[in-house]
Amino acid sequence: MRTSDKERKGISSGLSEKTKDRISAYLYISPFFIIFAVIGLYPALFSLYLAFQSWDGFSPMTFAGLQNFQIVLTDPLFWKSVYNTIIIGIMGTAPQIIVGIILAFLLNLAMLRWKHFFRVTIFMPYITSLVAVALIFSVFFSSNETALANYVLGLFGMDPINWKTSEWGTKIAISLMVFWRWVGYNTIIYLAGLQSIPNELYEAATIDGASKPQQLRFITVPLLKPFIILTVFFSTVGALQLFAEPTVFLGSSAFSRDEAMTVVMYLYRDAFNLQSFGTASATAIILLILIVVMAAVNTYLSSGMGRKRGKKA
Amino acid sequence: MNNVEEKKFSIGKAGVYALLILASLFALFPFYWMFVMATRPSAAYNSIPPVLLPGDQLVENFQNVIDKIPFFQSMLNTLIVCLAATIVVLFISSLAGFAFSKFRFPGRNGFFIAILLTMVIPPQLGLIPQYFLIAEFGLLDTLFAAMILFFLNPLGIFLMRQYINQSVPDELIEAAKLDGCSNFKIYRSVVLPIILPAFATLGIIVFTMVWGEFLWQFTVLRSPNSYTIQVALASLNSTTNIDFGMVMSGVFWSTVPLIVVFLLFNRLFISSIAEGAVK
Repeated sequence: MRTSDKERKGISSGLSEKTKDRISAYLYISPFFIIFAVIGLYPALFSLYLAFQSWDGFSPMTFAGLQNFQIVLTDPLFWKSVYNTIIIGIMGTAPQIIVGIILAFLLNLAMLRWKHFFRVTIFMPYITSLVAVALIFSVFFSSNETALANYVLGLFGMDPINWKTSEWGTKIAISLMVFWRWVGYNTIIYLAGLQSIPNELYEAATIDGASKPQQLRFITVPLLKPFIILTVFFSTVGALQLFAEPTVFLGSSAFSRDEAMTVVMYLYRDAFNLQSFGTASATAIILLILIVVMAAVNTYLSSGMGRKRGKKA
Repeated sequence: MNNVEEKKFSIGKAGVYALLILASLFALFPFYWMFVMATRPSAAYNSIPPVLLPGDQLVENFQNVIDKIPFFQSMLNTLIVCLAATIVVLFISSLAGFAFSKFRFPGRNGFFIAILLTMVIPPQLGLIPQYFLIAEFGLLDTLFAAMILFFLNPLGIFLMRQYINQSVPDELIEAAKLDGCSNFKIYRSVVLPIILPAFATLGIIVFTMVWGEFLWQFTVLRSPNSYTIQVALASLNSTTNIDFGMVMSGVFWSTVPLIVVFLLFNRLFISSIAEGAVK
């Protein structure tokens, strides 16, 4: 009885049912947009506005035109921070992609036993927080001459390095912690990619007489390409946003030294240590442009990688 | 001939295992070393050769952590922030995913693309206004401030839409409609039970991400009692004369719960992360 009532209603007022569905749909997608408007869009637009103002957070803002951009772009420390971010980004993420592909290839071999064990251990670093990683490595690479890292160097007959104050020491230590935490994550993504390649493809290639390296070259790498592009994109965006690792690694000297100051640290220091919110916002805009450009360039380069592999390596 | 080939193959096999064992050691050593450090007095770091076996200071070091930071309070704060953010994201994402998957409405594709586009905005872009917004509402130093940014999760909506597309047949929705269910009732009693596995996936992604978050909480949390564990741990490293044993003890005890959960649900964890990235 009830059902047929509803049915009749549905037929007689088909339009109102449609309208009802539309209202429901808009209602259901609205929470995201409402929250985004308040804590995403408004702050982003306000940053854009603030980048052209001079403001210390208390006194009234004054229009500054392009002055903030000029201050930032002529500040040697800003360029140092860009340089640091890029160097650490390259050293921390490029090896990840190569090592990740190799590990995924090994983990995908049919003959391998304890597959799952290896997968779990290699992935495990990813579950540690950035702060935990930075602290563990800050003890491993402590500023003492007797730091474990220096002991290891000593085994190879090398002189101890001051990992907290030297130009390359800090960068190597920070790159290594980025590498350590993320390489397993990338491996898992590549592994998922490898597993999506149907076995028949390899079987057919084997029947046609293709060797294993040929299969790797002509089946695995091309089909893995979308996954490589994805990780290159993520790594590029992530590397340019580096903040927690160097800040926690360096501790009290994080904002007073320049060996490992990243762009986001430069931004943070301007805003919350120096109360120069206008220049900090200008830095945020420059960072946005930097991220968009570098992500586009790297994604483009990695999508052309399959063809020019030999030359690039 | 055959013998030679077999030998070659087993050398290759040994090489594969050697590389994987090496990679595993590289991945696990920092965990082990963190544990060793957490059981040793600070002076142990100056000994040559370095100590690689656990000592007897496990309790003392942790006592020092508790004296320095409100460890349990920070862990509890983190748990609250992570759980709240996870629940909100699951709710918002599944509801929106349901709408994008099962309803026809003007602007459907446009809205969906807009959501995906918000992913490219770097979180640092809005940092300063977000800080002043929170300050304006008197929410600085509150857990609500620490969690609100993570309510936004475009990836969650994307994953939920995919999952509902794949696993909730249109006929089921139609049948429920004919039975007179309201749209929200359909969401609650038809869609929700089916998508629970996707909740596990997305829940793990969000929880792990918020657990590790640092920059935003470092910016809005000012007093030790409202610190999340990441901010509290970072504060251990901010003095010049650092007790390494204490720092490692704090890191160790804050990481142990996560390691236990990870080892218990490792398959789910790994497949979640892979799905979240690959989809």
